[in-house]
Amino acid sequence: MRTVTVFALLAVALVVSATAGILVGAVSIAPGDVLSALLGAEGTNGTIIRELRLPRVLGAALVGGALAASGALLQGMLRNPLADPFVTGTSAGASLGAVLAVALGLEPVIVPLAAFAGALGAIVLVWRLARLGGRTTVLTVLLAGVVLTSFAGALVTFILVSSDRLALRLRAVLGWLQGGISVISWSELAVVAVVVAIGVVGAVLLAPRVDAYAFGEETAAALGVDLDRTTAAVLATTALLTGAAVAIAGLIGFVGLVIPHALRFLLGATHRRLIIASIPAGAITLVLADLGARTALAPAELPVGVITGIVGAPFFLALLVRSRRVIV
Amino acid sequence: MSNVVARGIRAGYHDRVVLRGVDLTAQAGEVVALIGPNGAGKSTLLRVLAGLLRPDAGTVTIDGTDVTTLDRRSIARHVAVVPQVFETLFPFTVREIVALGRTSRLGPLGTLGADDARAVARALDEIGATELAERRIDRVSGGERQRAVLAMALAQEAGVLLLDEPTAHLDPTHQRGTLERVATLARARGLAVVAVLHDLNLAAAFASRVVLLADGAVVRDGDPRQVITAELVSAVFGPGLRVVTHDGRPFVIPEPATVDDVPHARAG
Repeated sequence: MRTVTVFALLAVALVVSATAGILVGAVSIAPGDVLSALLGAEGTNGTIIRELRLPRVLGAALVGGALAASGALLQGMLRNPLADPFVTGTSAGASLGAVLAVALGLEPVIVPLAAFAGALGAIVLVWRLARLGGRTTVLTVLLAGVVLTSFAGALVTFILVSSDRLALRLRAVLGWLQGGISVISWSELAVVAVVVAIGVVGAVLLAPRVDAYAFGEETAAALGVDLDRTTAAVLATTALLTGAAVAIAGLIGFVGLVIPHALRFLLGATHRRLIIASIPAGAITLVLADLGARTALAPAELPVGVITGIVGAPFFLALLVRSRRVIV
Repeated sequence: MSNVVARGIRAGYHDRVVLRGVDLTAQAGEVVALIGPNGAGKSTLLRVLAGLLRPDAGTVTIDGTDVTTLDRRSIARHVAVVPQVFETLFPFTVREIVALGRTSRLGPLGTLGADDARAVARALDEIGATELAERRIDRVSGGERQRAVLAMALAQEAGVLLLDEPTAHLDPTHQRGTLERVATLARARGLAVVAVLHDLNLAAAFASRVVLLADGAVVRDGDPRQVITAELVSAVFGPGLRVVTHDGRPFVIPEPATVDDVPHARAG
């Protein structure tokens, strides 16, 4: 009953927030004009709604859903309530991949794939580093994430400064890096949507095996989980979702951390339910955060990562204090 | 009817040898207690039996099949392990924890069927935990949590049940209750049970057979009365333990140290 209520509320909130995201913007457009623009009316309004707001709202929804789902998956497998793509350095790895692809002048469609490759490299490295002692501890994952994030950040800055191609668009690239949702084209959005869809299906299929990690890896193995295969699949799925999100939204922190926590409180710990609910919940959060980012200082825009950072970082610290028992 | 047979097991970690040629069998309906001092290799042996640690030499067969030829999923259908649980991170309900026992029987889409729900309900019932089913695992007592993980292992419907110090962190009533339940289930379901026990008196009371390990080898394997003897206990565990017999069962009683046992006391 409670599950049904939560999902119904999420559905309603998703529709409301998406509607708000399309209705509200730097240029005020009457709701009737928005509707006719959506239905294909020509003119400036049509361009703003169909080429700017709609792809942006859809992009924000995809990014939020992807980050929240990958956070839930990663927390479950690492048994780490503080894990998410941002904290583990996965997002930073993805941004390095994406920046590199742009600097090399590769096709825009390649960017999400380069971001995926960067994310995969980062998450595999963090996981290996964290396991040096034979078992993953909460703290080593976080430390490895911190190191990787600053390393990838340094390389990204180096590429930005040394690449002529990027120097011309420095402001735009920096805005994207800070978590500004920049959907360039419908075709890019389509690529990201397909990648996110594959990642979501993977996460939902993996979820019951991730449940078996409740008492740690050894017990998961004793329950019949093939650790090597499951770990590889979870890391790849996380990288897929993170790479897609970073490709259009840069580094957005804490969505993957906060959403699964809030939902666990409402829906319990079972990962399939948690991951499925994380997708609309993450989407709602980011659509609203992006709406705030677009309107707070209009006509100037804040990167949405600024908003999630301001809200998410205190939450992370509160969790850190609460879960200090399990940190080492 | 299940059994587990280990022959000539040599195993360890990296270059540290822990087990130096161990034989062990457990037949259906039997509760075998593994006893021995810290570092004797009891938990390592349990990991080898569960197929979680590959031995350097020797074989483990379950119902006649070599464990190394089976994948994790098949092993989990034959061998269940009751883990030592200190805490759980996420708010699973007891029923959800017990359902983890069905992981090896998940369908291709990761779903559980009616058979699985029945196995979970049966395990909860047999362990007397049905009324706990909807409670959160992180909000039940230590004894209740122990029952939940025992039910999880039972839901696996494996013929071999391995327990690593199932009575650690339990009060005496719950220690007795847990082992009584395990012994009853071993007989009723025809399970082959191997349990690592630190408490020699619990081993004497509930095991049908006791295997004493020391320094990676079996010192003696047999009836509790033949294994828990004054001579062996003092040889393996050292001084300070007296073995008495009561109702035909051996009891180990710790003795306060006398002046003779403590050289420093004389010197000071």
